[in-house]
Amino acid sequence: MTNHWNDIQNSDCILIMGSNAASNHPISFKYVSKAKEHGAKLISVDPRFTRTSARADIYAPLRSGTDIAFLGGMIKYILDNQLIQKKYVQRYTNATFLVNPSFKMPGENNGVFSGLTDHKYDKSSWSFQTDAEGIIKKDMTMQNPHCVYQLLRKHYSRYTPQIVSKITGTPEDKLLQIYKEYSKTGRIGKAGTIMYAMGWTQHTVGVQNIRAMAIIQLLLGNMGVAGGGVNALRGESNVQGSTDHALLFHILPGYLKTPKASQPTLEVYNKKYTPQTKEPHSLNWWKNYPKYSASLLRAHYGMNCTLEEAYSYLPKLDDGKDYSWLSLFERMFKGGFSGFFAWGQNPACSGASSNEVRKALSKLDWMVNVNLFDNETGSFWKGPGMNPEKIKTEVFMLPCAASFEKEGSITNSGRWMQWRYKAVDPPGEAKPDSEIMTELFYRLKDLYQKEGGPLAEAITKLTWDYGPPRADGRIRYVDTHLIAKEINGYFLKDTTVKGKKFKKGTLVPSFAYLQDDGSTSSGNWLYCNSYTEKGNMAARRNNKDESGIGLYSEWSWCWPVNRRIIYNGASVDPDTGKPWDPEDAVIMWNGGKWVGDVPDGVAPPGNGRLPFIMKPHGVGSIFGPGRADGPFPEHYEPTESPLKRNYLSSQRVNPVIKRWDKEGTGTSVDAIATCDPRFPFVCSTYRVSEHWQTGVMSRWCPWLAEMQPDLFVEISHELAKLKGIKNGEIVTISSVRGKVDAVAMVTHRFKPFKIAGNTVHQVGLPWHYGWVTTKMREYDYGDKKPEIFTSGDSANMLTPYIGDANTMIPESKAFMVNIEKKGV
Amino acid sequence: MAEKIKLYDATKCIGCRACQLACKQWNDLPAHQTKNTGSYQNPADLQPNTWLLMRFQERETNTGEVEWLFHHNACMHCTDAACVNVCPTNALFHTKYGTVALDQSKCTGCKECVAACPFNIPRFDPKTNKVSKCDMCFSRLERGMEPACVKACPTGALQFGDKNKMLRVIKERFLALGSKGHLYGDKFLGGTHVLYILPEKPDVYEAIPANPKLPEPLVVWKDLLKPLSLLVPGIALVGAFLHYLIKGPKNTISKEEGGV
Repeated sequence: MTNHWNDIQNSDCILIMGSNAASNHPISFKYVSKAKEHGAKLISVDPRFTRTSARADIYAPLRSGTDIAFLGGMIKYILDNQLIQKKYVQRYTNATFLVNPSFKMPGENNGVFSGLTDHKYDKSSWSFQTDAEGIIKKDMTMQNPHCVYQLLRKHYSRYTPQIVSKITGTPEDKLLQIYKEYSKTGRIGKAGTIMYAMGWTQHTVGVQNIRAMAIIQLLLGNMGVAGGGVNALRGESNVQGSTDHALLFHILPGYLKTPKASQPTLEVYNKKYTPQTKEPHSLNWWKNYPKYSASLLRAHYGMNCTLEEAYSYLPKLDDGKDYSWLSLFERMFKGGFSGFFAWGQNPACSGASSNEVRKALSKLDWMVNVNLFDNETGSFWKGPGMNPEKIKTEVFMLPCAASFEKEGSITNSGRWMQWRYKAVDPPGEAKPDSEIMTELFYRLKDLYQKEGGPLAEAITKLTWDYGPPRADGRIRYVDTHLIAKEINGYFLKDTTVKGKKFKKGTLVPSFAYLQDDGSTSSGNWLYCNSYTEKGNMAARRNNKDESGIGLYSEWSWCWPVNRRIIYNGASVDPDTGKPWDPEDAVIMWNGGKWVGDVPDGVAPPGNGRLPFIMKPHGVGSIFGPGRADGPFPEHYEPTESPLKRNYLSSQRVNPVIKRWDKEGTGTSVDAIATCDPRFPFVCSTYRVSEHWQTGVMSRWCPWLAEMQPDLFVEISHELAKLKGIKNGEIVTISSVRGKVDAVAMVTHRFKPFKIAGNTVHQVGLPWHYGWVTTKMREYDYGDKKPEIFTSGDSANMLTPYIGDANTMIPESKAFMVNIEKKGV
Repeated sequence: MAEKIKLYDATKCIGCRACQLACKQWNDLPAHQTKNTGSYQNPADLQPNTWLLMRFQERETNTGEVEWLFHHNACMHCTDAACVNVCPTNALFHTKYGTVALDQSKCTGCKECVAACPFNIPRFDPKTNKVSKCDMCFSRLERGMEPACVKACPTGALQFGDKNKMLRVIKERFLALGSKGHLYGDKFLGGTHVLYILPEKPDVYEAIPANPKLPEPLVVWKDLLKPLSLLVPGIALVGAFLHYLIKGPKNTISKEEGGV
């Protein structure tokens, strides 16, 4: 979230799209309710009428996978009716920038942007025009046909309500009602917010769904203000924290880039990823990249080696190679791994095309399953369709501690790092993850020291001072405070920065003090300022709110540098520093300094100060050339779709996605069946309030299993009639990749769509279930039996093995299935 | 001690069922095996081990709009409580908060309350030969805490407090809602200690009686016979007579959900 949970209460209009927040983030509705009490409007756009829709002022259905068409129509509406917040757009976005005249857009270029060859874009035409000094040419009147604003206008002129309705199935009057209501937040002093989740990300155009909304938010002046922002509702309590600390393959902690094989030295690496700009007023904060990379290397390897040596120890990605989830499991399926740690996860249920995942696990020699409970991953070898005698994989179960059985921090969606304390000891042999990792580290270190190996120093030279040492220097136990301090970072020698003297061994007060010469450490520069000489900021529990808008600046700590609303520099008039909305002021200039939230950039107003300090040019990107699939979002059909064509262009699907179903690239289980009469219905997966993720933590809880005992599939009355299905009957849902049985829930909350004159049915089912807690499976001696059985297996048996063009997140929210009464 | 009111404002309810779960947790009620019957509502009805049930009801309005109605279904805690009136052993009693609590040790399993309740709340468990129902977390109220369901509610749909304060809350809410809200619980049975604000008229809801009434014969019972029951050892006999008064000669006790 650019803003945070309780900031939702400041909104004038809340759009919930790509999310069923009422079911999946119930607490968010505390703040949605407050906003509504203050007169805010709530809009719910979803293929299915949900718990969220039940509380909405306006509900509109749309066919899964057509969000860009819907939002593109809104962009057109805003521009046609001149509803933008003009000064904001002129001064705080790149709308005025002039683009390379050779840049071409899908409307004039067969549905794709200029530069496409062999499923990849050459982005050279997606560039800005510059003057002799290298400064970007601009037209502040936004009339030049090559300026971003005019290009945007031209691009979305194709997204008429008629075309949008034809694609999305949303009635035209609903479209216009929603466009009108949301666009009201373009007025100065009004704020609109978007709450989205996996319903937007899990598509082959996932990133572009969010880009489309970001453009709307910039046009309406909703970024940086209270009650505004682009707000991703993260699916786990600490998934924001794990992302910040480099959960994904392409990033290191603090969103530094994972080095590539073609970057042999730290210097080359830094040069590649430190952005340059000639814009005179841009702070270009990422110019500090070398300070953060050096401090990270120091956190890993201390002072025992040079920075260049430390860099050489880092693992490097092969250039052009992708190590995302889909690619890793594809490789596992083909026998490319001998071992696997399934740590705090359940890929046999959570992975797209779970059949493939389960088969892939059988190709391993060994697997370590670190979890609270037995799950479908650890026991895959005795699951449905498996023959244990034929499976070689040796599985080790390591029981770990649950969150309340250990001390540490979590970072919520609103970027608040909150310290938590241990409530009870973990049961039996269960240990905190950090203890398991420590044990693993010492064993590996011993082996590397004894036997050597490629890049042995990467392990043998790692610092591991996270607890009181024994005589041999190894730690007796893990003290999470020491990990938190390392994440913040230390001065490694006596040093003077910005005129201030710091002693060796003291904690760095904030990332502004980090250095590129190896004199500081920081395990994650974004968290530098979280644990300082003043103490553990995340443990603060002062619930006074002096801001009046719910910033609670001394409750826990927020990255970066406790800034509660990022890009807040855009919440004020650029010339005067006065808030656009004085009643919900985030920051303001009091004549001598900024007061309120920690400001984005400290320069005074009136001098061209630019608020989007993490962007090289200091402004919000309406034109976003960094993406793999285009600088403007364009509607493409999901890979599996009921439509033979894209009604906006001749290009049916995102042209740059990685296709696993092509000859010679994937395997038999990567099949795609689009416009296939065997699978005529659109399907989406989702969650319910009563279960969590793959259900490993909720299916074992009797009260939760009692409330939602069985996998169900929601279908419309019309489809039920067509297929002769009665409410409560068992049905089989199948895709080209697999099938599951579920209880039919026949409901008014799904309605058939009218798509280009045809009836298109959509169904949906939650993905919380798995065979381990069912009644009919075999229970061996010693197997834990649930008190309350659930029925049904993972809905991911159905989902396609295809990923977003930028992130490779699987397209689990739009694919094609069939549904029949069981046994028919 | 001030009378207390629990307010269920269905216009703020998201049907998340945190209340249903919190009720089970505080009251230590076990889960039973259930089955999805094509609804989010589970168990299908109140049970001896489920004192609070979130009911889910969907419908299409005249204009073709879909509605999904949520109903927080538990004891209404009537001022003129049929169950208290009929209970021959005083196992059911009014607390100083105006709520209706149940001392199970005194319950003889006569089931008169089950028959008498206009809201179909008490549930009889043949295994224990006892009746059970929501007591608005009497054990928590006695310690100055709000009921567990209220504490768990994330949206403010459930609120709890002194009657005067809650009436102010309701008044303010109605100023905001205008004609879009319907108050339920204030006009019958002496006023209930659970009040609803509903987005639709009460008669739209399947499990909300539009005009709940005390069974007529209860007046006779309350004024004449109940005092006698304290003197008469043959309580069951008196209970049977009462049952005859209320329901007539046939045994028409509504569905027994016990022993599931």
